[in-house]
Amino acid sequence: MANLTFAGAITDGLKNALNKFDDTMIFGQDVGPNGGVFRITDGLQDEFGDKRVFDTPLAESGILGMTLGLGHEGFRALPELQFSAFSTEAISPIMGQISRYRYRYGGTRNLPITIRTPFGGGVGTPELHSDSMEGLFGGIPGLRVVVPTNPYDAKGLLLSAIESNDPVIFLEHLKLYRSVKGEVPEEYYTVPLDKAAVVKEGTDVTIVTSGFMVHESMKAADKLEKEGISAEVIDLRTIAPIDMETIRKSVEKTHRAVVVQESQRVAGVGGNLMSEIGERCFMELDAPVSRVTAPDSVYPFVQIENEWLPGPDAIVEKTKETINF
Amino acid sequence: MVEKLSKLNFNKLVEGYKDDFKMYQVLDEKGKVVDDKTMKEFTDEELVDLMEDIVWGRALDERTIILNRQGALANYATAGGQEASQFGTLKGLEKGDFLVPGYRDIGVSIKHGLPMEQAFMWYRGHVGGNKYDKDFQMMVPQVVVAGGITHAMGVAFAKKRRNEENVVLAFTGDSATSEGDFYEGINFAGAFGVPLIVVVQNNGYGISVPVHEQTAAETLAQKGVAAGVASIQVDGMDPVATYAATRKAREYALKENKPVLIETMTYRFGPHTMSDDPKKYRTEEELNEWKKKDPIVRLRAYLTEKGLWEESREEEIKKEVTKEAQQAIEKMNQEPDMKIVDLLENMYEVKPQNIQEQIEKYKAKEQK
Repeated sequence: MANLTFAGAITDGLKNALNKFDDTMIFGQDVGPNGGVFRITDGLQDEFGDKRVFDTPLAESGILGMTLGLGHEGFRALPELQFSAFSTEAISPIMGQISRYRYRYGGTRNLPITIRTPFGGGVGTPELHSDSMEGLFGGIPGLRVVVPTNPYDAKGLLLSAIESNDPVIFLEHLKLYRSVKGEVPEEYYTVPLDKAAVVKEGTDVTIVTSGFMVHESMKAADKLEKEGISAEVIDLRTIAPIDMETIRKSVEKTHRAVVVQESQRVAGVGGNLMSEIGERCFMELDAPVSRVTAPDSVYPFVQIENEWLPGPDAIVEKTKETINF
Repeated sequence: MVEKLSKLNFNKLVEGYKDDFKMYQVLDEKGKVVDDKTMKEFTDEELVDLMEDIVWGRALDERTIILNRQGALANYATAGGQEASQFGTLKGLEKGDFLVPGYRDIGVSIKHGLPMEQAFMWYRGHVGGNKYDKDFQMMVPQVVVAGGITHAMGVAFAKKRRNEENVVLAFTGDSATSEGDFYEGINFAGAFGVPLIVVVQNNGYGISVPVHEQTAAETLAQKGVAAGVASIQVDGMDPVATYAATRKAREYALKENKPVLIETMTYRFGPHTMSDDPKKYRTEEELNEWKKKDPIVRLRAYLTEKGLWEESREEEIKKEVTKEAQQAIEKMNQEPDMKIVDLLENMYEVKPQNIQEQIEKYKAKEQK
């Protein structure tokens, strides 16, 4: 066991993968000698050589087009997109090609690739760097979308993603990189790609969330606990697929649900979660499913981002509304 | 050392690359040899094979158009006129080389090894057309035209990494060079030094939009210069020139570990697909001018004079193609219709909850 940051756990996972699978390759803008702008690939080129870890020209579509070609040839390609907000440059390979790959070959071929990219906000980046696009990716059939929230899961989910023969988008929250630490086994292990985690048990209300909002929801749950409200918190861990079974079981117990997401009301997977809960658990519900989201503007300039992002107070307020309905 | 320009001669700058991109030719329109040295590099047998391929390609194109009109296929992007650019180019490859075709390159894909019934299934919109043998060295036809170049670059990267002595050839068209992926693909290929040959079949039109409206560049070959990629413009109606250029490009790509861009100047005699009318965007005179450049006409003239070809052989090939196509249609018709369940089954190797739920739902429906 080692006490690692979220970023350190991802680096550790990448090392395990490079050691275990000869056909893995890490590439992208600045991932070589520079070790990535968030230092996730720090030291990997020295350790594994420039045939396994290398820089590419700066062009997201080219990087992911190349990824498809390498995946076609059986390589477990591990491209890094420097910020997920730049992935708009790569929507054609992601949505037009990679997601459709297996179906287009009639199921005769797999594309065993994992696209890693930082997402979310709250760390004071220049404009056009922060965004939460998990809902967009989650709405593309053919992809798996993974959103880890703690060091243990980050490594285990990453190794599952790399092991998987289906294409995965692995979203690393910017604010988690250095803000959380945890015990991480040194050896290779996996966390399943289709199981949500109940991170806090409760009886009065279910809070369904992901990414950095898991941590904000836990803070809210502590505050609620002091006021006598017992909230159960579910960390989705994967946005595609969504583990509805875990959510359903929880809602059958609590009879109330609040969906929390960092992205805007029109974005994310919140709307989809609410309708799935409504459809599957309607007779169990004592109150309408409600949600906490960012407002429907584009991601703001840094000066106002903390006001824009949802936080524990908004989650407490909405949860109380749901309880008092 | 950076060479410095001490005098600004702007007039010279605006002249551009005109002189560097003259169209390479071996056989002229009449079948007269222009480049004798290169011609001598080909055996009689190779040239007769080449003729058989382009005649076969033309016959298949004509037959596929008829099959579409009869309703046997769902659509077809015609390729008549482009045989030198497609079949001549393919001839320059060797066993084990990898092909990334576009939607207009299906006939040539069959010559590369795609079973004809699968080619027809693709036209008909049946995914069975894309179920390839594991070791078949080809990607499914690309539709987002320049995207294939970036994929081909990735495959070429993989071949080089494994020290395979094979190249990757990507077919694309004139309007694809307007897309960002065209540049990203050739730029990566140059930066990484991978054995990729990009063949831009410049047939003059992106569906209906003429090349001069796509770009201010005098040639499409010169677009490779910016990426540091060896680039050449070839007469795309001269099957010997395309054959020779690809053969040389292949040698260079493997020896130097570098990509090559080949622009072939060609023309499609028919419509873009079965659902457009070329009379709306090009003239009868223009078509007739290009018909004079027909690759079959010039190679026939050359081979006939050499006593290596008789026109009766062309009739035989046409009959063979008609028979092959008939057999392919019969095989295609034996294939079961697609099912929603299969579609869902093919989305992921490990099926997520939502897919499993929907498979169950459609199973019940489709078993009825």
